[in-house]
Amino acid sequence: MALLEVKNLKMYFQTMRGYVKAVDDVSFELNKGDTLGLAGESGCGKTSTALTILRLLPWNGEILGGEIVFDDVDIVGMNDDQFRDKFRWKRISAIFQGAMNALHPTIHIGDQIAEPIIAHENVGKKEALERAGKLLDLVGIGASMINRYPHELSGGMKQRTVTAMALACNPSLIIADEPTTALDVIVRAQVLKAMRELQQKMNLSMIIISHDLSMLAETCNKIAIMYAGKIVEFGSVVSIFKEPIHPYTAKLIGAFPSVVGPKTQLSSIHGFPPDLLNPPSGCRFHARCSYAMEVCRTMEPKMVEAGGKEHMVACHLVGA
Amino acid sequence: MSQDVCIEVQNLKKYFPVKMGFVSTLMSKRVPQVHAVDDISFVIKKEEILGLVGESGCGKTTTGRLLLRLLPATAGKVYFKGLDVTAITDENEMRRLRRKMQIIFQDPYESLNPRMGVFDIIAEPLQLLKVAQNLEELRERVMEVLEDLEMTPPEEYIYRFPHELSGGQRQRVAIARAFVLRPEFLMADEPVSMLDASIRSEVLDLLLGLVKKHHSSFLYITHDIALARYICNRIAVMYLGKIIEKGPTEDIILKPLHPYTEALISAVPVPDPTAKRSDIVIKGEVPSAINPPSGCRFHTRCPYVMQVCKTKEPKMAEIEKNRYVACHKYKA
Repeated sequence: MALLEVKNLKMYFQTMRGYVKAVDDVSFELNKGDTLGLAGESGCGKTSTALTILRLLPWNGEILGGEIVFDDVDIVGMNDDQFRDKFRWKRISAIFQGAMNALHPTIHIGDQIAEPIIAHENVGKKEALERAGKLLDLVGIGASMINRYPHELSGGMKQRTVTAMALACNPSLIIADEPTTALDVIVRAQVLKAMRELQQKMNLSMIIISHDLSMLAETCNKIAIMYAGKIVEFGSVVSIFKEPIHPYTAKLIGAFPSVVGPKTQLSSIHGFPPDLLNPPSGCRFHARCSYAMEVCRTMEPKMVEAGGKEHMVACHLVGA
Repeated sequence: MSQDVCIEVQNLKKYFPVKMGFVSTLMSKRVPQVHAVDDISFVIKKEEILGLVGESGCGKTTTGRLLLRLLPATAGKVYFKGLDVTAITDENEMRRLRRKMQIIFQDPYESLNPRMGVFDIIAEPLQLLKVAQNLEELRERVMEVLEDLEMTPPEEYIYRFPHELSGGQRQRVAIARAFVLRPEFLMADEPVSMLDASIRSEVLDLLLGLVKKHHSSFLYITHDIALARYICNRIAVMYLGKIIEKGPTEDIILKPLHPYTEALISAVPVPDPTAKRSDIVIKGEVPSAINPPSGCRFHTRCPYVMQVCKTKEPKMAEIEKNRYVACHKYKA
């Protein structure tokens, strides 16, 4: 049973020069307990997808079609008040990019964690603070730090604080956008370990958005690769990394260096991602693809099952 | 000094005074100092690529800036082909040296002047240092370096402004500006960390091609030890202002000796979900560089800590051939 089902989602940004097709016909499914890694280069629409699910779009972002079904309820059609009352924080919460700057500098971290609890649940301040303390214990900071200010914490601790905040109202889905990008290697490993343990303990579902495939390989069980507003490949983490089918996925994985095993050649993809104001016809990757055929220039490839169960890919090389 | 050495650093130190308020300045006897770089020594041979690796705040960027004398050193010496860079007082002499020592900065979105065209950006160092004799030579050198960086045809790019270029192209312009002088020594501080993974290795390959073409020595400063593996001949690992391990790249990656290096490498995520990893995650975060721990600076987090580590600072010693480690675990 899928917890979250995104079907043919389209979200465009309206600009002076036309629509920027940031999320264009994106579909995927997330089961309970799954950790989905949404990967791709900057500007491919991964953050836009997350903001659409959270309904935190800027004024010029417009949902032009598709469904987001969360627990059998379509949240696209829902009005803002309803979504805020019933879903945001309580069912779906978020960890944003740059935890360093996501915290208010002059409010105790305990109060900041208590804030969504007070706003969304019918509890008093005392009880909310008690729960905030428990959450701080849970993420490994300790309830004794409840009256600290963000500047008194290190980067890793701030990241954990933001994680605690996301857990405040017991959500079933957490969307984390580049949760560890600003952290150093060793602290990042600590935070990721803590996040993995929490996720298992609480049977959380997560969507982790990152450009760093190495990090996703260690944290997720499913991977979706996005390119120019579309998901081009989707599958289990092992099948994506071991048997990538889309040329873009293969090249992208090959671009990440490794510290284990023999040294291999790093791959690179010539050129740069297309302008989403006027995306190329056919397959959006065709200009940079070394296997591009005539059909790729004109016809858009459909998502088809390939290479095993639940491994979907949109490429003309499959079945051609 | 032997002929094949390009840069030699001896006991280099850089302390920054901590900014204090007026009252505390009056009250305290001594100004606290950040020990950004504390007594490091290393050598970069001719045509060698050395990687300086460490977490943020370990002093790697400061080290790079000291080498080019973009910062004055507190103590210690930096020799460029036998010439003491820290002792130069004559501005003209320093200027002549700048022709031979160049730098590439991290962020191509900030290091290029948005109001200058690509041609002017690349030609500026040639003009400032009066390298080109005439306009024709100037043009030739700019075109050549653009072609080396595969920005072809160069005519298409020289009239553009930085905002008309993609991130990868901008960084190529930043590289072009450094290489148009054909430097003997080049330092790059995280030159590709702002770029997307898909174009990172392309830009690196072009950069390395130029390093080879001009027989330059190269100091590559990075936090990404996995990427350093693909670039450097040797690696030096820094922790809290000190170099704690140095040696040939593959030896360090596959068999790190210092416990910090070991932890650093095991913390690097691997793009392979089936890879078997040792699960050493050390606790805590890097201590403050204002009051660095006594003895070995890593002792507060080290899983193998002994009594001696807390009091005595370990000396750098050659444990195996070409492998230098500063750790009490090993007896030289």
